[in-house]
Amino acid sequence: MSSDHNTPGDDGFHRADLPEDSMSRDGVNAPVPVAAEATPVVDPRLIVREQGVAGYLGEFRRRIGSGELGSLPVVLALIVIWAVFGSLNSSFLSAQNLSNLSQQIVGTGMIAIGVVFVLLLGEIDLSVGSVSGLCAAIFAVLNVTHGVNQWVALISALVGGALVGLIQGLFFAKVGVPAFVVTLAGNLAWNGVMLQILGANGTVNLSGNDIVSRLYSTIYGQQIAAYGLAAVGVLLYLGSMLYDANRRRRAGVPYRPPVDIAVRTVLLAVVSFVVAYTLNQYKGLPLALLVFLIFIVVLDFVLRRTTYGRRIFALGGNIEGARRAGINVSWTRISVFMICSTMAAVGGLFLAAQIQSASQTSGGGNLLMNSIAAAVIGGTSLFGGRGKTWSALLGALVIGSIQSGMNIQGLSNAIQFIVTGAVLLAAVVIDSLSRRTQLAAGRA
Amino acid sequence: MTVPPTAAAPVLALRGISKRFGAVQALTDIELEVPAGQVVALVGDNGAGKSTLVKSVAGVNQPDDGVIEWQGRPVAIHRPQDAQHLGIATVYQDLALCDNLDVVGNLFLGREIRRFGVLDEVEMEKRSRELLSTLSIRIPSVRIPIASLSGGQRQTVAIARSLIGEPKVVILDEPTAALGVEQTAQVLDLVERLRDRGLGVILISHNMADVMAVADQVAVLRLGRNNGVFDRRSTTQEQIISAITGATDNAVTRRKARGTEGNE
Repeated sequence: MSSDHNTPGDDGFHRADLPEDSMSRDGVNAPVPVAAEATPVVDPRLIVREQGVAGYLGEFRRRIGSGELGSLPVVLALIVIWAVFGSLNSSFLSAQNLSNLSQQIVGTGMIAIGVVFVLLLGEIDLSVGSVSGLCAAIFAVLNVTHGVNQWVALISALVGGALVGLIQGLFFAKVGVPAFVVTLAGNLAWNGVMLQILGANGTVNLSGNDIVSRLYSTIYGQQIAAYGLAAVGVLLYLGSMLYDANRRRRAGVPYRPPVDIAVRTVLLAVVSFVVAYTLNQYKGLPLALLVFLIFIVVLDFVLRRTTYGRRIFALGGNIEGARRAGINVSWTRISVFMICSTMAAVGGLFLAAQIQSASQTSGGGNLLMNSIAAAVIGGTSLFGGRGKTWSALLGALVIGSIQSGMNIQGLSNAIQFIVTGAVLLAAVVIDSLSRRTQLAAGRA
Repeated sequence: MTVPPTAAAPVLALRGISKRFGAVQALTDIELEVPAGQVVALVGDNGAGKSTLVKSVAGVNQPDDGVIEWQGRPVAIHRPQDAQHLGIATVYQDLALCDNLDVVGNLFLGREIRRFGVLDEVEMEKRSRELLSTLSIRIPSVRIPIASLSGGQRQTVAIARSLIGEPKVVILDEPTAALGVEQTAQVLDLVERLRDRGLGVILISHNMADVMAVADQVAVLRLGRNNGVFDRRSTTQEQIISAITGATDNAVTRRKARGTEGNE
């Protein structure tokens, strides 16, 4: 029998004075242990985190041991890839190549953001490649062939993407066809629609000064642009952390200690300013990268800080539980497929701008695999319920780096396909193994 | 009256509930009253109709006949949400928790507190801590995912979650079925705390020891019919078991009853 005189609530108010890393920033599912002093007399087997550096190291080891790898494998992979290609050819790590890379990954990365949403449900969308090509064709044909206003053409392409998602979502959520089959059928059908729209001609070249082309090719050359963005990003991060910690302290719930906030902010600042410096060494801050980052931050906010995002995670965790909690399962599923297809449209437009045309090969090739691979390599689980939009950036960087490095080395497509396939397999293996370890450690 | 008179008026009353699935008459004329601040144990063998009855109250399926009275008024419960809006919370045997969400996320799932349209994690965490501490629920942290909790801790989280919407009646479906000795005791403590808060509790259980430990009344179902409502204090476990198994309901006892009370 439990004894009433020793309730956790009794010392809940004392606990408020002890900062503890109880608020996770890594997603709603990130587990966080509590500080030693903060834990009431509970089960002695519980893992209790120490304060200070020792606490960080111990916590780090425990997380790795129990399979919560998070972004660690992909960051390591990125370092290895850059080290290898950088040592093979010095031009790989040049400011010019890295700046170009930051633009080239945007198309695939945008599609991967949408894939992250679908993967969070534990589903998959195999039509994103075709949909990206279709929407690029809609824009190009409307704007170039029919001379429609560029904004109208842009909106039409995005609405087209959303409609595709609505149709596929309805078949999945309402009719009950497995998402795998619906989107596989869609992959073929939407490709057909794209060919139909492009017509006999087959290729529509963009004018080069339309909104989509400018979104991709604009580069802010002023030094202040990149540095300013880095500074704003770091300040916003610091501000939100301090605000959150302050609110938590006043509410009497555990909050992140100032040292922790400082360390994180400094890390972010170092990364941001190194990137800004590198970009400024070449032409400056590409607009495409800025738009990509805005999409990631906004959608990350949607996932982690809104009721809607919480519903997506809940569906990825336990569909029946979500249904009983009063969540509209069908609508949430449909809307996620709409987000995914719309992001595919956004990615398709960036890819079209990159090659300055919409053609019969748009959205084909290994784009579909690369987008899904980017999401998975970035750390979003194929099994649902775990992931974040930042995976899209990290994963797209890995894939983009491999392609760029191999192009510089002059390796053939054949080798590129083999290596990208192997990296995807490695990512899924890591995902599966970490899930197995998590199950064993009671974390999944 | 089928129920012994009690001090409190029933907050939930079932009158003549019947339910038929195809050729099976699952429930026939079931009467049940749940007063505020009392634990009513619903017992019976497999197939006695316990789950069907509870599902009718929880809005999962509809009774074919009969009336559900809520605070004296007849109500219609078409969907689970209807039951929730009335103030009937159900904790199913499979708990329906999301393993990947943390304790706070699960407690407030579907009822998130928002501030300027954004999840108010601070307020939710604060209220979670308050709720868990008033229930004397001991969990390492409200920010760890459900996956890392033990079976008993999950059960207590599921019960605590049912209280978020300030219900008046809580239905617990086999809350101790998968638990060990210590954890069972903790859940039974929790059931008593629900009663002390003035809630009506329907406790479905196969475990006679649990029933005798916390129930105020024991309603027995047998083959889809009422087979007696017992006051726990004045009843022995043997009497209840014989009501469950039908040892009191056979040709001999019926003949004896006819002989003593005349035709019925």
